[in-house]
Order: sequence, then C-alpha cells, then structure tokens
Amino acid sequence: MVAPVAPVGESPPRPDGADKVTGRALFVDDLSLPGAWHGVAVRCPHPRARVLAVDAEPARALEPDLVVLTARNLPSNVVHVIADDWPALADREVRHAYEPVALVAAPTRARALAAAAAVHVRYEVMPATLGLDAALAEGDAAVLARSSIDHGDLEAAFAAADLVVEGTYETGHQEHLYLEPQGMVAIPLADGGLELTGSLQCPYFVQSAVARFTGLPPARVRVRQAVTGGGFGGKEDVPDLLACHAAALALRAGRPVKIVYDRREDIVATSKRHPSRVHVRSAVARDGTFLAHDIQVLFDAGAYTTMSAVVLSRGVLHASGPYRARAVRVRGLALRTHTTPNGAFRGFGAPQTQFAMERHVDRIARAVGLDPLAVRRHNAFVEGDVTATGQVLTSSVGALACLDEAARRSDFAARWRRNEAARARAGRGGPWRGLGLSLYWHGGGFTGNGEKRIQGRVDVALTGAGLLEVRTAAADIGQGVLVAFAQIAASAAGGLPLELVRTSLPDTAVSPDSGPTVASRTIMVVGDLVARASRLLVAELEAFASDRLGAPAVCWGGELVSSKGRLPFREVAREYLAARGPLERTARFEPLPGQEFDEETYRGMAYPAYSWGSDVVEVEVDADTLETRVVGALAVCDVGRVVHPVLCAGQVEGGTLQALGWGGLEEMKTAGGLYLNDRFATYIVPTALDAPPLEAVLLEHPGPMGFGAKGVGELPLDGGAPALLGAIANATGLELARLPATPERLLEALERDAIVPPVAAPRRARAARAKARGGAAGRKRGR
Amino acid sequence: MTRAFSPRTLADALRVLGDPDLAAVPLAGGTDLMVGLHTRAAPAAVVDVSRLSELRGVRLDGAVLDVGAAVTFAELGRDPLVLRHAPMLAQAARQVGAWQIQNRATLGGNIGTASPAGDSLPVLLALGAELECASTRGSRRVASASLHRGYRQLALERDELIVRVRLPRRRRDAVQVFRKVGTRAAQAVSKVVVAFTFARDAARLRDVRLAAGSVAPTPVRLVDAEQACEGARPSAALAAEVAALARAGVSPIDDVRSTAAYRRWVVGRLVERLILDVVI
Amino acid sequence: MDADITLTVNGATVRFVGDPLTRLLDVLRGQLGLTGAKEGCGEGECGACTVWLDDEPVCACLVPMLQLEGRVVRTVEGLASARLTALQQAFVSEGAVQCGACTPGMLMSAEALLVREPRPTEAAIRTHLAGNVCRCTGYQAIVRAVQRAAVKPTRAPAARPRVGAKPTVKAPRANSAPAKKRRPRRSPR
Repeated sequence: MVAPVAPVGESPPRPDGADKVTGRALFVDDLSLPGAWHGVAVRCPHPRARVLAVDAEPARALEPDLVVLTARNLPSNVVHVIADDWPALADREVRHAYEPVALVAAPTRARALAAAAAVHVRYEVMPATLGLDAALAEGDAAVLARSSIDHGDLEAAFAAADLVVEGTYETGHQEHLYLEPQGMVAIPLADGGLELTGSLQCPYFVQSAVARFTGLPPARVRVRQAVTGGGFGGKEDVPDLLACHAAALALRAGRPVKIVYDRREDIVATSKRHPSRVHVRSAVARDGTFLAHDIQVLFDAGAYTTMSAVVLSRGVLHASGPYRARAVRVRGLALRTHTTPNGAFRGFGAPQTQFAMERHVDRIARAVGLDPLAVRRHNAFVEGDVTATGQVLTSSVGALACLDEAARRSDFAARWRRNEAARARAGRGGPWRGLGLSLYWHGGGFTGNGEKRIQGRVDVALTGAGLLEVRTAAADIGQGVLVAFAQIAASAAGGLPLELVRTSLPDTAVSPDSGPTVASRTIMVVGDLVARASRLLVAELEAFASDRLGAPAVCWGGELVSSKGRLPFREVAREYLAARGPLERTARFEPLPGQEFDEETYRGMAYPAYSWGSDVVEVEVDADTLETRVVGALAVCDVGRVVHPVLCAGQVEGGTLQALGWGGLEEMKTAGGLYLNDRFATYIVPTALDAPPLEAVLLEHPGPMGFGAKGVGELPLDGGAPALLGAIANATGLELARLPATPERLLEALERDAIVPPVAAPRRARAARAKARGGAAGRKRGR
Repeated sequence: MTRAFSPRTLADALRVLGDPDLAAVPLAGGTDLMVGLHTRAAPAAVVDVSRLSELRGVRLDGAVLDVGAAVTFAELGRDPLVLRHAPMLAQAARQVGAWQIQNRATLGGNIGTASPAGDSLPVLLALGAELECASTRGSRRVASASLHRGYRQLALERDELIVRVRLPRRRRDAVQVFRKVGTRAAQAVSKVVVAFTFARDAARLRDVRLAAGSVAPTPVRLVDAEQACEGARPSAALAAEVAALARAGVSPIDDVRSTAAYRRWVVGRLVERLILDVVI
Repeated sequence: MDADITLTVNGATVRFVGDPLTRLLDVLRGQLGLTGAKEGCGEGECGACTVWLDDEPVCACLVPMLQLEGRVVRTVEGLASARLTALQQAFVSEGAVQCGACTPGMLMSAEALLVREPRPTEAAIRTHLAGNVCRCTGYQAIVRAVQRAAVKPTRAPAARPRVGAKPTVKAPRANSAPAKKRRPRRSPR
C-alpha cells in the first residue's frame, strides 16, 4: 500500500525558514538579556610564555566593579573534551598565542573590551615549537596522539610490485568562518545552578564540560541551543570553553554574562582544520592495480589535544581511499605545536588524507599510462571487498555508481584526454582549460564503538494539543535537521501532515542525549531513533484507536483508519491524553549485528555504512595571471536515502564549495605562531562570483541502518580539493601537492618546471571566436 | 567622543579643516574611516563632506571631465559621461569591493586614503588626472603625477580637501584598458592593478601611459615601459621588451595577500598582453 | 558633543542622540531592537549587515549615524508586511536558507537587484550578491531562489510554497520494493 503522503523524499519548507527570512530568528547576540554583563578574555600575544604576573589594577581603575578571573580563582581549570589537558585559562604557562589568561566582565561590551585591554600581564617569552618539522624533532614529547592500521602483508605486496610510486602532500589550516561568530550566555540561577544558551552543535558536551568545571551536577546545568549561524565542526568543542568562561564569570558576578567573539578573535583564537603532511608510498602492478599503500600521516594538532586523537583516527581510517588493496599500513601522528588547538572541521581528518590519496592516484595513473577515470574504475571498492580494517563491505557500495555517473555526465575521459593531447602538441603548458576527477568515501556515525558508548536516545511524545513532538539533542546549525526529523517522524506515523509534528532546538532540560551533532550521524543514527520512537508511539495510539473504533486501526495520512471508521490524529491523541495521561516513547541506539571494532588493533567494522562520492571539476586557468576560475563542479554522492532533496543537495553544494575554497583560495599564513589572515578581508572564502555553478546528483544505495540513510554532511569535503587540483593539472601540466593551489603556488610550479606559458592568441581574437561559436562569455555548466 | 561637523558649504568645511585645534579629518563614504576605528583611536573630529554640492556631480568642462570628489564608485560605474570619456575609471569603479561598498565609497576618499592598492589611483595616473584641492588659503591644482610622496603620503597639506578630480577627455582614437588581479573575483583588495592608455597614430602607439598599483609603496607610472612604446609598432618583440621594462620598474613585496615574485611576474604578463592585444 | 539625528527606519521616524560615529548597525540592533542585520565581520566584507540607505544596499557597520539626518533606512524587518515577499518565499522553498546568518543581508541585496532588474541574468545575480558571503549553501540555491522570484514578480500567495526545480535524485520510488542490489561491472583484469 502506498502512503497518500510520503514526507521523506519531499522538500517541505523548513519550520525556521520564515523566522530566518524576516529577521525574527534570534541568534545569541540577538537575545535581549536585561542586566547581563559582557565577558571578554585577556589573551597572550606570544605563542609560548611563562605567566609571571597578572595585574588587573589598571582595569579596575577604569571599572571599579569589574569582575576579573584568573586561573587561580576558577572553580577548576580543565575544559573537558577527551584528554583533559585543555585549561580554561592559562595558569603558569601559555602554550599558544591568543590563549586566554584572564577574564573580565563589565556592563557593556565596549567597557569590557577597554578593561581587558588595560589588564597588564607580565610574560617571560619561551621558545615555541612551530610547524610539523619542529614538532617531529621533539620526538615523543610532542606526540599527542597516535593511530595505526596494519592490513595484509606489506612486504610481500611491495616485493610483487612492478613499480613503486611515492608522493608527499600537504594541506594548511582551514578556518570555518561561519557567518555568526561564537557566542554563549550563562545565567546563574537562584538555586546555584546554571542556564546556558549558546551557538553550538553539542548541548550535552557543553553540559558535561561545565558540570565538571564548576562541580555542579549535570542536571543543574541546563544548556539550550540558540539559533546557530553555522558550525561545520567549529562549534563542536569550542563552545565548551566559552561556556566555562561565561559560567565562571556569571557565578562570580551573580548575574547573566554574555560572551560574543569578534571576528578577528574568532579566527585566531578558535579551532581550525588540522594542517597535514601525508606521505604515500604505493606498490602498483603494471596494469594499475593497487597492491599496497604505506602511508604516513602527520597532523598539526596545536597546543592541546582537544579532538585531535579522533580527527587523526578518522583521517587514518580513510587514508587508503575507496580502493581495494592487498596490504595497507598507515602510521598517524598528531603533533603538538604552540598554536591554537586545531579541531573538528567538516570531514574531520578525512579530507586531508583523501586529498593526498586522490592526488596520489592521479600520479599512479600517469606512471602506468592510465587516465584518472580508468585507474579509479579499476581499483574502486565493490560489494564484497575488504577494507584496511578487515571490514567486509557487504552492501551499499556506491563507489562505481558515483564514478560512472560523474564521468558520464561530464564526458570526463574524452575531454581529459583531449586536453592532455593538446598540451603534448603545444609543448609549452596549457591548454589552460581542464577537468579533474575524484572518488571518495566517508564513514557515517562515530568510529568503531563510539555509538555504543554514546548510547544515543530519542524521545517522542504527544503534546497537550495532540501533536507529535520529537525530542533529540540534534542541533540544527543550518543543515535542516528540524525539518528532516519532522519528515521522518511523520513518515513513521504513516504519513502525518507536517503541521502535526513538532521539532525544536535542543534544551537539555527536555531533550534526551541523542549524541552530538557531528560525524555525519544525525540522519543515519539519530534519524533512525526518531523513526523507531515515532513508530512505538504510533503503535500505542493505534491500539487505543482500535479499542475506540472496535476494529484494528492503522495510522495513515493523518488519521487513525479502520474498517469501522476513521478519526483524525489529533482527536485520537487528545482523547488518549484525557483517558490515559501523557504518552511518551523512547528509542535507544542499537548496534548492527556484527558491529564490532577493536580499538587496540583497529580491526573490524570501523563504520556501519559508508557514503560515496565522485566529483568532476572544470577550470580555466588564465595564462597571464595563473588565476584559476572554476567553470563548473559536479558532485555525485551516494547518501543511502534522501530525506529532503533540496536540503540534502544543499549539503552537497555547500560542502563542495567549502572544499573548492580549501583547495584553491583559503590560505592561513602564519608567522611566529601568529595567524596573519585574521580578518574577513584577508582570509579569502568564495563569494557568489567565485563560486561556480554547482550540480549535486544524489544516488540512493540504501545502507543497513534503519530506513537506509547514510551520512552526507561531511562527505563532499573529501572530493572537491583533489578534483580541483586534477583539473589544474589537466589544464596546465602543473602538479601541485600543496593546498591551497593559489596563483602564487602555480607560478612556483611553473618556474620549477621551467614552463613559459605560451603567447596565447590575443584576447579579442579569442573572444571573437567564442562569439562565433555562440558560447557566452559567462560560465558553462560542467558537463 | 568625536566632534562632528556637517557643514552646508565648502567654505564652512574648509574652516573646520583649517582649525589646527580641532584636528578634523574629512568623512565621505566612511568605508575606510569606519574600518579604521577597530585598530586606531577615533579621530578627534570629522567633517562630513559627502553632501557638499561642490564635491558632487560629474560634468564636462571643455576638454576636461570634471568629477566631484564625493561621487561614489557606484555613480562612476554608470555615469554616461564617465563611461564615454574615462571608461577605464568606470571599469575600475565597478571592481572596487562589491555593490554595498561601491554605493558608499568615493573617489576622493580612495585618493585620500592613499593605499598603495587603491584601485582608482593607477587610473588617475595613467589618465594624467589633476586634483583640485581647496583650503582656507585658496584653491590649487595638483597633478596626480606629483601627488604620491611616499607610502600613504600625499603631497597635500593636512587641511587641504580634495574637491574635484579633473581628467582629460578621452580622445576619440584613444584606448583605455584596466586590469585588476585581486585575491578573488569580488570583495578583493588588489594584488596587481594595471591601467593602460594609448592613442593610435597610423600603425604606431602614441601618448602611451602605463601605471600600476599594489606593486610599490605608491601607485607608479612605468615610464621606461611607456618610452619604449612611444612611437613604436606593436609586435611580439615590443611586448616582450616592454614587459621586461615593466617588471624592472616595480618594487613589489611579499605580504598577507601575495608575493613579490608573483606580482612582478603578473605585471610583466599583463603588460605583455596589453601590447599584444593592441589592434591597430 | 552628541549628534542629534532624525531619520526614518522601516517607515517609522527614529531619533538618535549620541556619538556621531556610532555605527548604524549598533543603533538598529540596540536602540531599535532590529536584530535582523548581523555583525559578521564589522568591516564591510561579509555583507551580513546589509540594509538599504535611500534604497541602496550598504553595510550598516560602515555607516556613521552622523550622516543619516533625514535619510531613509530599510532593514529585512521592513521587507514583508503581512505576507512574505516572493523572494522570501523562494529562499525557503529553494533551500537558500540554511543557518540563516547571511540571509537578512542577502535578501536586502537580492530584493534591491530585483527592483532594478526584474529578470536578472545569473551573472547579474552573482555580481550583485558578491558582497554577501554565505558559508553554508554554496550560493547555488540562492541563485535559484532569485531566479524563481524573478519570474513571479508579484507577491506569492500565502499558501505553502511549491518546490521548484528539485535537485536530481536517482532513487527507487518511495515505498516500493527495496532497490535491487546492483552488481557493479568489474573492469577486466
């Protein structure tokens, strides 16, 4: 029987849409908080220093009632993430520039800023370890985390190789640059508890961190998510720090305290994507078969562990790419440097290692005389293959489907070969227009046993008005979880009109801990819990309605329907409440059968399901300026099951542009442990004019969990950058192994390869020819 | 608190600017001054000159295109007189920042800020613009060629206000070309700016002017390159020679946006392209 | 000395008394409680504070109050009356709204464009929105939304907006039998 309304697979308007387009949506800095003071951090300008003295007297001279806190007068001094080495305020030693050393609060932001500037701190500057090489030289002392994979017989594979291909690939910081900077409000309650509202992804992380920090029991720390203007991982753990700061100030001041970062502070003092250096050495057969990969992964973790162990782990687990190999060895290190701790950024280590592997695969292709498509077709995982952790991919392997679809739509192979031939004929670089290809994978949900540890829980309940209310800790940070969960619940309830379903931003007072909004788990894992809890509740209503109607009743299309009549959902719900009282059902995470992973040996089911993707990027490189214009980008992604096509495509489109930005535009220069590109004007992200037409094609190869959804949020970050560099290589012959591929780096490669770009036809003649062909001067969609 | 003056007449504005105790600075679009408040102390006093009629409007004054200093880049980008007689200036105006900035930022402000990366400055150099400046001591003309004394230093007195920018009308046979290489396609500070104008005389180049920005502490005229062009026939050989002279004529630096090597290379390439693209 | 400025904001007369260099953005958000315009960067680079000044899009973080005597300001709160504009509807239906932080500024620029060019080309859309940075959408959905609103220049009815061009989804039909397991072709070895 087909449901009359099938919300999953449709694109209904998001419930927060009207508020966002009218300016009514309230982000943290929009909240009206009478009596609240503003908190500001005093930050160290040196990457490493001893703190000799903190003198707040000049600040108190400006503000007699100033609230001032240092490490000594905090309730405790750890921001709990995982390793507990992250202080809320530097005590005797500062380990990165911009590290907070003191906190002040004053009635207005301007006064708090002035007071903070007046706090005088005496430092003794210490030598700092900056960059991967300096960290490596320190040996074990600078190793914050290790991660390894050993699969198959590496020696035998290399012995059997017809050739060995090696390469080193490097990526730099990427700054999230969410449009809304970090913000947090802490309100001290009369009973000694705390209420926090913030721009965040993980309300229970904040609760846990603040509870440990203050010594309050978690139940006395209420955390609410405000409308959040973007996260991308940058609001996964950093809000924990702001929350501890705001909480400490609020408790000391006895009044609400708001902390909102200004843009420069947000850029320099909060986490970024880990810079990486990945070395790949591959044993390859003459026909292009990958026999083995020996991979070293180095991540620059910054000064404290925060998320680095997990980022490294995921990077390592994705390092060999979506490809079969007899043997894989990966050795990963997260190294401590005296810089702002790096952290979660959409993709979480996998973009870095897959950038390396994808560029490496193109290098292998050249070595064996295959084109980028053929080498990938030859080696891509298919059902039944075994990953480097020994996991058998029993189902839902969309790698070749994505690859073939991307290649077909873009006519990749023929066009790539034409460009290569044109360059060979010209003998001097060019043809200045090219295509690049990537293939990538991304495991959904927490790695290994993480979901079992989280034990995520979802509640669904009837409201007093007879509506279906979904309660989870999932934070809508733009991706559309509020509408997607409503669709899932409505679908599980036999096609309930969405007006009858309520979803809302999480509040720890009422939302159960379904786990953090990270790891591409929200639809796959939490969405499944929403479906199950909804079905359980609806089953109860059906039983009630069956009694009421005198015949078995089914919830369908917004009604309880039986052979003896039908009743509207709301009416049945209200009757139920009147007769039986509140109705609530819970679903808890259950691992798949056989979902085992050994965290010591890194063997087993690393992820229950993998999403797959393939990108084709088309570029034009200006021979005069070496600027790369992305003419079009196509991303074909297998995400298992699409809940909301428009917003799902939005994840792929938005993620692909972030990947292209990371690949070609976004550079964070550093000097002496300081970040130089510290403003919107200097940290360059794509504008609407830089962005190409983006085409997202969504494939559905249902996964094993629940209704078949897999992850989508992070997947696109794995594909755009290597495809971009592949396109630049096809356009110019220049192989870049370092991100971002800026014009300056193209020039270095040009001069290294001693290519003098040809004196191309004058612009006017080219334009005239283009006109004659009927092609617009504007963009063509990547085909 | 900053003292603010909103004079109705130019004379009133000049009086305020001329009072040394006030230490007033002119304010037009505010797109530089307001950003500066983040890092510098607010000025002691500002004079709003954005509505003074003497600084507004674009008109033809004989052989001169006379542009008010408080004309915005948005206005410059669509003004029929500018499009006709100084198209390079309109082109540059449309590449400043983005729409929101163009609606506020003014030509006079761009000159007064005197950033080495100011997009209009090489255009004014190439076109041989003249500034009409006023103070309580009277009015004077300053040629753009003598305007730039050093890094962010103009040959203007502290109390002088730029009132008009005067550009020779484009001759019918003159060609104007502007190229900006920025950090991205919009909202971009330039890495390299090149402004080029020439006239045709039979098959030869005449009245060649070539100016560049973001490649030296001030915008610069590439005089050696110009001289090599003067009277010459455009050819691949000339293009290569002029490019080399252009590269030698700039002194770019490494900074947060780009590298000296890249800037120098691009100047050469752009200039070579400009000569090659000349169609006689 | 305080500036004393009277201006119009969303049709209402407003009086400001204070530091003449106070940013319009701070008066909108503070004194007037119009929090639609956001501070994304404070330096006119991100466009999140875009409002209309005499019908021209400007960054409110760069406009000092001293220059606003007698001027007319419109913010996102002043775009719609009882119903959303066609553009606002299209933003929601096309997925042009994700986190929403860029949305008010983006709408002000886009509406201003549609007033001037009722049927803008894609190039014109991108050019006029180039001063509004979005980090979530990749701009594709925003371009679609402006194009969609452009073909319907009158206000859309208040009913639930229909979805426009859907992104391509290749899937088995909903509620049918589970997708056949595809056996991918192995390339010959």
